[in-house]
Amino acid sequence: MIRKQLLIITLSALLAVAGPVAAIAAQVELLNVSYDPTRELYQDFNAAFAKHWKKKAGEDVVIKQSHGGAGKQARAVIDGLEADVVTLALAYDIDEIHSKAGLIPENWQKRLPHNSSPYTSTIVFLVRKGNPKKIKDWNDLVKPDIKVITPNPKTSGGARWNYLAAWAYALKQKGGNEAKAKEFVTKLFKNVPVLDSGARGSTTTFVQRGLGDVLLAWENEAFLAVNELGKDKFEIVVPSLSILAEPPVTVIDKVVDKHRTRKVAEEYLKYLYTPEGQEIAAKNYYRPIDKKVAAKYAKTFTKVKLITIDDVFGGWQKAQKKHFADGGTFDQIYTPSK
Amino acid sequence: MNLSLKKHSVLPGFGPTLGYTVFYLSLIVLIPLSALIFKTAGLTWGEFVATVTAPRVVASYRVTFGAALLAAAVNAVFGVLVAWVLVRYRFPGKRLFDALVDLPFALPTAVAGITLATVYSGGGWIGRYLEPHGIKVAYTPLGILVAMVFIGLPFVVRTVQPVLEELDAEIEEAAACLGANRWQTFSRVLFPTLLPSLLTGFALAFARAVGEYGSIIFIAGNMPMVSEITPLLIITKLEQYDFAGATAIASVMLLASFIVLLTVNLLQKWSRRFAE
Amino acid sequence: MHVTGALKIKKGQKGGGGLAEPALVRWLLIAVALAFLGLFLVVPLAAVFTQALDKGVDAYFAALREPDALSAIKLTLLTAAISVPLNLIFGVVAAWAISKFDFPGKSFLITLIDLPFSVSPVISGLIYVLLFGLQGWAGPWLSAHDIKILFAVPGIVLATIFVTFPFVARELIPLMEAQGKDEEEAAMVLGASGLQTFFRVTFPNIRWGVLYGVILCNARAMGEFGAVSVVSGHVRGYTNTIPLHVEILYNEYNYAAAFAVASLLALLALVTLVVKTVAEWKIQEETM
Repeated sequence: MIRKQLLIITLSALLAVAGPVAAIAAQVELLNVSYDPTRELYQDFNAAFAKHWKKKAGEDVVIKQSHGGAGKQARAVIDGLEADVVTLALAYDIDEIHSKAGLIPENWQKRLPHNSSPYTSTIVFLVRKGNPKKIKDWNDLVKPDIKVITPNPKTSGGARWNYLAAWAYALKQKGGNEAKAKEFVTKLFKNVPVLDSGARGSTTTFVQRGLGDVLLAWENEAFLAVNELGKDKFEIVVPSLSILAEPPVTVIDKVVDKHRTRKVAEEYLKYLYTPEGQEIAAKNYYRPIDKKVAAKYAKTFTKVKLITIDDVFGGWQKAQKKHFADGGTFDQIYTPSK
Repeated sequence: MNLSLKKHSVLPGFGPTLGYTVFYLSLIVLIPLSALIFKTAGLTWGEFVATVTAPRVVASYRVTFGAALLAAAVNAVFGVLVAWVLVRYRFPGKRLFDALVDLPFALPTAVAGITLATVYSGGGWIGRYLEPHGIKVAYTPLGILVAMVFIGLPFVVRTVQPVLEELDAEIEEAAACLGANRWQTFSRVLFPTLLPSLLTGFALAFARAVGEYGSIIFIAGNMPMVSEITPLLIITKLEQYDFAGATAIASVMLLASFIVLLTVNLLQKWSRRFAE
Repeated sequence: MHVTGALKIKKGQKGGGGLAEPALVRWLLIAVALAFLGLFLVVPLAAVFTQALDKGVDAYFAALREPDALSAIKLTLLTAAISVPLNLIFGVVAAWAISKFDFPGKSFLITLIDLPFSVSPVISGLIYVLLFGLQGWAGPWLSAHDIKILFAVPGIVLATIFVTFPFVARELIPLMEAQGKDEEEAAMVLGASGLQTFFRVTFPNIRWGVLYGVILCNARAMGEFGAVSVVSGHVRGYTNTIPLHVEILYNEYNYAAAFAVASLLALLALVTLVVKTVAEWKIQEETM
């Protein structure tokens, strides 16, 4: 008796979910798997693109979003999360989708302009109002009484940019070399009291929990924190040198072919490059690559000397192997010194 | 063979119920867990040992098992005290507190995590009184301890409580008649009786704390070598696309929890014999 | 055994209490015990509700009505609606086999049933990734046949079934062992069928235990975080359960909303405790 009832309950519950799913299937669906700080950007962009696609193709498009640390997100795609497009923090994680799962061709980054990065960003400092610890540049971060908040470079794309920017700064100082850079970064990470797994976690730690004197953050993330949580609480400090962060995007070929969504997925990414898309990116504090839009928002973004990963580190594959792989320099920082 | 499996019983349904039990157990627990073992078996012995004994991994065992032991110890002391107070004394709100002891069983770990982090961080209700004295809880190894104490709290109370309830008053009276003072009665007479159930509760609290993830990641600083717990390291390995490494560490943890469980079951057998 | 917080089955009169400590010692002990419980249980519980209502009642309900929150609630209810009945059936069946019969390997079987309880939730998620992931055993086949398990509802349900596996069984085994099998044997001798015996004789004796097992299993099913986090894929509005939605809100500087949604789970926990207390009274009443 009871078993039968339970069976009926279970079956009707199953039907209850299956129902709406079938109804939705009449329209196009895209899944965009992205990293932590792009939540606001894609909220705006998805709404704009849905309108654009309706006008262009007369079809309703629903864009689902998934956010998390870049490593976690790429791992999920490799394990079978059927993302039509990925918009991650750095090229290495997308490379892994090629090498570990073969879901995209090796030359994926050549398929869209500008290394497949429709917007760029950089790493800045977020400090408490009035900058009580007088933090101006990277070398202030290694002073003994400074607490620095950054996520874990092993799991967060943003944190890898942070780490490499610090490394590049030390390298570019007078008499800078690899050994000195390593020493500098080691000292810096001695000042880090918490390593969250993603950029958002770190911002929460700094902003809400009031931990640390300075947060190393994506430029857009820093702007967002200032705007959302009060200009009277935080200030942005732009260091003398930082790194040009290029968060790349790509369609996942195997998935879009299976879902038959290649056309809309490709259009989605191309729309990022249009003036409308660029405008949305700029409004969300990503540096636009379109010259006109960039000129319009020139006031927002402080001019800063930016080095690139290709120039200083010879590309992501090399940087990843040397710094973030098991036993790499980041692990060595945490090996107990005797 | 089939007949000799069970003692004679008039009750029906032994075959089907045991069969279903084993079937469902295999489907849900054993087959999925064997995937872990097989994946680990893909490593050579040398690789396996190198992975599970890497300095950062060993440090995470130290953090996880160390904090879990400490938390279980805290719970053993306070658990006996709470059980004692709940069984022996009358005070207003007793029923309420008795019911509340089970809260950590029922409260989802993620909720516990964000709440504990909020309450114990610098500006939080409790943290603001601790911080001026130089005691930092949130984002330090101490935070891990607090979370583990929270989730393990009911175990010792709930294993000791029934034993305490059934203790015969006569034994204590006899001890008192023979001239023992209250403390002697407790330490020489009561405590040995409680010991098996106390150890069981201790082991259960320990087992639960070792595996805990949800509540800890919100409150621990997650610093490699310092406040990184083993389950987090498994996730980290996974996010670095190191599946073999993740499964190797996971299988070490699996083995540990299996050993703890076996110990618990032995302890319980022992305590049952004690009771008889 | 109290692996899952089993119901206390009190037998007869309370022992002890014949001797008492001096009032001072007594109150000191009570004070310390209550301070400990207050610090670790009452304060956090109060904090959940205070934080949830931080921005006012309107904001509280707005957070619960938001579409992503509603879909998380729906998914969580669905997950519990599938996993709890399955584990209930298993629990009753296993408890019957284990408590009414003797057979070799029984304590080993009990240990295996306990295993999901002490396995880290992270591992519980990981095993399903290994089984159903695109790089795992069944992944490529499932993908070819367009069956989604991982990063979809079935994966979340499976992981939830795994972590809540022992709850009902562990609740019923000690209860049914304590009750012995005399009543059932008598019923059988009087000519009742097996199922009649179960529903007319056994079930009335264990119904409060069943209820509590179910509600505890349900609380855990709705609140599971670690295992579900590994298999969910975090697609907003689709594969986020309530605890995952709480994490997202928490990471979006939306603390009041995070705690508002979390307070639903905290309420569920309180209901669980009430049911437990009532169940204990009833069992005591019936065994007296």
